Amino acid sequence: MTETLPGAAIPNPLDEAAITAAVDHAIAAIAGAVSLDELKAVRLAHTGEKSPLSLANREIGGLPKDQKAVAGKLMGSSRGRVNKALADRTAELEAENDARILVEETVDVTAAPRRRRAGARHPLSTLQDRVADIFVGMGWEIAEGPEVESEWFNFDALNFKPDHPAREMQDTFFVEPPEAHLLMRTHTSPVQVRSMLERQLPIYVLCPGKVFRTDELDATHTPVFHQFEGLAIDKSLSMADLRGTLEHFARQMFGDEAQIRLRPNYFPFTEPSAELDIWHPGAKGGPRWIEWGGCGMVNPNVLRAAGIDPDIYSGFAFGMGIERTLMFRNEVGDMRDMIEGDVRFSEHFGMEI
Amino acid sequence: MRIPLSWLREFAQVPAGATAEDVMAELVKVGFEEEAVHRPTDALQGPVVVGQVLSIIKEPQSNGKTINWCQVRVVPEGREQTLTGDGIDPSGVQGIICGAHNFVEGDKVVVTLPGAVLPGDFKISARKTYGHLSAGMIASVRELGIGEDHDGILVLSRIGLDPEIGTDAMELLGLYDEAAEINVTPDRGYAFSIRGVAREYAHATATSFTDPASTVQAPAELLNGYGVKLNDDAPIYGKPGCDRFVARTVRDVDATRPTPAWLSSRLRLAGIRSISLPVDISNYVMLELGQPLHFYDQDKLSGDIVVRRAVAGEKLTTLDGKERALDIEDLLITDDSGPIGVAGVMGGASTEVSDSTATVLIEAAHFEEVSIARSRRRHKLPSEASKRFERGVDWQVANIAAQRAVDLLVELAGGTADEAGTDVGTAPDAVAIHLPAAFAAERIGIDFTEEQIVTSLEDLGAVVEKNDGGWTVTAPSWRNDLDTKEDLSEEIARLVGYDQIPATLPVAPPGRGLTRVQQQRRRLIQALADAGLTEVLAYPFVSKASNDTFGAAEAGAERTAVKLANPISEEQGFLRTSILPGLIEVAKRNHSRGFRDLALFESGLVFLPGDTVGTASIPPLGVKPSDEVLDALYDGVPDQPLHLAAVLTGHDSPAAAAHTPRAWDWADALDIARLAGDVLGVEIVASQGKHQAYHPGRTAQLSLRTGEVVGYAGELHPKLLAASDMPARSVALEINADALFEAAADVIVARHISTFPVATQDVALVVPREVSADDVLSALREGAGELLEDVALFDVYAGKGIEEGKKSLAFGLRFRANDRTLTADEASAARESAVALAAERFDAVQR
Repeated sequence: MTETLPGAAIPNPLDEAAITAAVDHAIAAIAGAVSLDELKAVRLAHTGEKSPLSLANREIGGLPKDQKAVAGKLMGSSRGRVNKALADRTAELEAENDARILVEETVDVTAAPRRRRAGARHPLSTLQDRVADIFVGMGWEIAEGPEVESEWFNFDALNFKPDHPAREMQDTFFVEPPEAHLLMRTHTSPVQVRSMLERQLPIYVLCPGKVFRTDELDATHTPVFHQFEGLAIDKSLSMADLRGTLEHFARQMFGDEAQIRLRPNYFPFTEPSAELDIWHPGAKGGPRWIEWGGCGMVNPNVLRAAGIDPDIYSGFAFGMGIERTLMFRNEVGDMRDMIEGDVRFSEHFGMEI
Repeated sequence: MRIPLSWLREFAQVPAGATAEDVMAELVKVGFEEEAVHRPTDALQGPVVVGQVLSIIKEPQSNGKTINWCQVRVVPEGREQTLTGDGIDPSGVQGIICGAHNFVEGDKVVVTLPGAVLPGDFKISARKTYGHLSAGMIASVRELGIGEDHDGILVLSRIGLDPEIGTDAMELLGLYDEAAEINVTPDRGYAFSIRGVAREYAHATATSFTDPASTVQAPAELLNGYGVKLNDDAPIYGKPGCDRFVARTVRDVDATRPTPAWLSSRLRLAGIRSISLPVDISNYVMLELGQPLHFYDQDKLSGDIVVRRAVAGEKLTTLDGKERALDIEDLLITDDSGPIGVAGVMGGASTEVSDSTATVLIEAAHFEEVSIARSRRRHKLPSEASKRFERGVDWQVANIAAQRAVDLLVELAGGTADEAGTDVGTAPDAVAIHLPAAFAAERIGIDFTEEQIVTSLEDLGAVVEKNDGGWTVTAPSWRNDLDTKEDLSEEIARLVGYDQIPATLPVAPPGRGLTRVQQQRRRLIQALADAGLTEVLAYPFVSKASNDTFGAAEAGAERTAVKLANPISEEQGFLRTSILPGLIEVAKRNHSRGFRDLALFESGLVFLPGDTVGTASIPPLGVKPSDEVLDALYDGVPDQPLHLAAVLTGHDSPAAAAHTPRAWDWADALDIARLAGDVLGVEIVASQGKHQAYHPGRTAQLSLRTGEVVGYAGELHPKLLAASDMPARSVALEINADALFEAAADVIVARHISTFPVATQDVALVVPREVSADDVLSALREGAGELLEDVALFDVYAGKGIEEGKKSLAFGLRFRANDRTLTADEASAARESAVALAAERFDAVQR
């Protein structure tokens, strides 16, 4: 609705008192507007074509020349004051309005739904990558091979004599027909043999992967598990190099405080052989040595099987279980948790270990 | 191997207070892992004393049983009871109720007094029973935890004991002794004996050691004994099956005499059951010296003993009463009657020593490892004897062990030894190993002194002679595992101590990092996890039915799969040709645990055997096979591509305020497959697919641009879901990831980015319902020509306004030129040309 101030006389543009009164009236109306809509009406009433000030302004044209300047000056400053008041009040009301809308739009952020979420890696898979990265950082390469393997690569090439008890201790899954000499690899060592046959010397490779033994699943055994094995073949490698490599790796995995211990043991594919223990200061039930894996200097018969001259080259090898590592590093109490695929297990780890 | 400490102490310097744990802590240093502690006092606590039954009053009970009310003297008459406590009678005579009837007044028995604790945490106290206060128990061997027999109580005279009343029965029965159980690695046969372990204990503690073999006075020569012939006409690997056979005769043996408590207690701690005096003696000698023995009832033998291979069709009834069909490779002990034993594995029943045996013929033989291992495996007869022979027994100890058995039979069974004896066979050549002076230091990384090397080897029992540039080392006869300079290096390092090995870090040559395929695999797995799927790792063992359903698109086709010879479960006897069966099992398991919204994936190998499966033979060890042989080995290994699969059930997200979860559907499966392609930069083409495991109308066959089929994605077949208790509408996908890796471009060539304005045009085409959107889209793309930048399907409509059997597809086309702003006419012309091709191919009509 437009306020036209009906009946009001047109003020004289030379009448300073009347003009000032009109300005004051306008400013009061502007100040009294409490919404942008009201302000719009006020603006039309006081600055529109039919407003007293506009009408008074129009009168200037009819004045004698010598009075025009005086009236122009008065009207200019007067309208300026009104316009400024309008602009100020508009800004005020717009700010108020904006603030109110934002308040009205307030939500309860704590009730937000999860619309997308990251899935999860299996921690064995993440840990395997982590181990690989440590060795890649040392300049080693990652080698892989088949899970169903020729018996030769799994045993004979690794110096397991055909009738030796060590061969049986591996609890092997054999493939039908047995005369075909195929089996599920019992360790990732066949990949070492393949690497020695396929690669140029010197060789520094890490072989991670799945391995298989005929154990029933229980809290500490599983027929399918993961290993990583390392193999280094170079001129004049010694057991001290083996120890240094394992120590470096252990510190990358478990921190600078990590210590390792070697104990004599037997494996057909290494001579000398050792059992590798790691000092676990944070072990459940107090600090202690934990069996981590096996290692040793590559048996010359293994080198010969790959056509490498043991009088020129020597090497070391080591192998650890990934499940076992996860069990003591991350306090997994039951092997079955790693096997059953319960989403809670993987999701708890997310993308990291 | 279990080592009773009292036995070890006879030959090694074990400190008086040392426990089994202490002993194991020493042995682990030289390579024997700790297994367990066997300590009777962990389960049995005194007072357990010798008592004499003074009187027995038989009291019949209403239940038909008769119980004995006994007065048992537990303190010698005239002496005071020094024990005190609830239920201990100061008079030295205890009143005890006993249900057994195998004893009489005057018998000496074992009394567990109030306060004692028996195995099974059975606490003895004075208690009212059958109208009396029974203050203790008269114990059976089973109650004491020293045997299985519980038919009656242990009457001490029957095991040859007549101790003073009040004697500590636990001391008497050897129950304060304990055993350390260690793991013996398969190369160290010699350590399956007290002799071997005592030597190792001495190495570990740098103390002295008495060789038990040196304490036996065996004749230097044995002549005129029982006839024995070694006739192996089919040696394995050229090694005769038997290269020594010592036979000794002991007459007038009383086989019924009880085994003395000290002997049976050691056997028990070593894990061997007491059977009869002769059998116990043979086991005792085996445990002490590592030489398995066999005793024959000499009166049941007929003619000379001949050691030979079996003849086809021969049979033998072994000691366990089972008749066994013999294999021509079995090495046998025979006499005129035929086979009387499988050499080194198990004796025959016909010549077995029994209570009535008066003349014992002792066999102490040396058999070849492989022959024994094969017979043992063939007949599934693991025995203490075969365990030792397979790993290697000291050739030199045979006559010493035989003499030790003779001595014990004379001493304990009252026998008389024949002076005559038999010792046939030929000692194997001793192996002389050349150890270059610097070798051990180079291999181990310790700068060994000459003294360390020589002393270590001599401590082992080796003969060490200095030669030019090193030493000639002859290993002791019990160390058949020492053949090479590497073996000797290990021994030197072991005796000096592995803890002395320093740490140096070798530097690998500059590497290449992960291979492209390794990186691609990581990216793929990570992308699926990032997309909200959870990675699982299922077993690869599946049923035949699963492979037939998931492994082949066509129903009825039998899938060629790898079958396991010895699966854990016959039902899951095959290796997977698809990842999905395992994933579905995991999904079901999660579902049953209350997780309904699942998005699971796995990447793993599947096993696809080709025409060649394995190789008929495998090359020998220690030699590089020829290229042809190697190629055959490689070719025989089944194809094992990496597959990626996912199963989705339920909804994409949990229900929440102001959020409606979306049910996973077939399009999600396809979308994930496409995502897998996207992250590798490989375009995956979907077409209407048919696969027996999937819904026939909601399945996409996934291919590469080349046309190679790489997998399927869609809704699983409703019947399959119902049959496997899976939620309806579950969806899945499976792709050959290796095929994607291979299809990925090595180098991606940049494309020109035009900055001229785009011209967009929409087109709606009515086509027969069976025409696939992707085919129409391809036609539009092809027809539009090079001005087309992109084309996308944005609507599919069928129903009112569209003819029955048809559908309307709406596409948005974006045109852009590289060199100019397109005019409306140019864009329209390109669109018309696109529509024209679609019309030509699919009868498409513009709406």
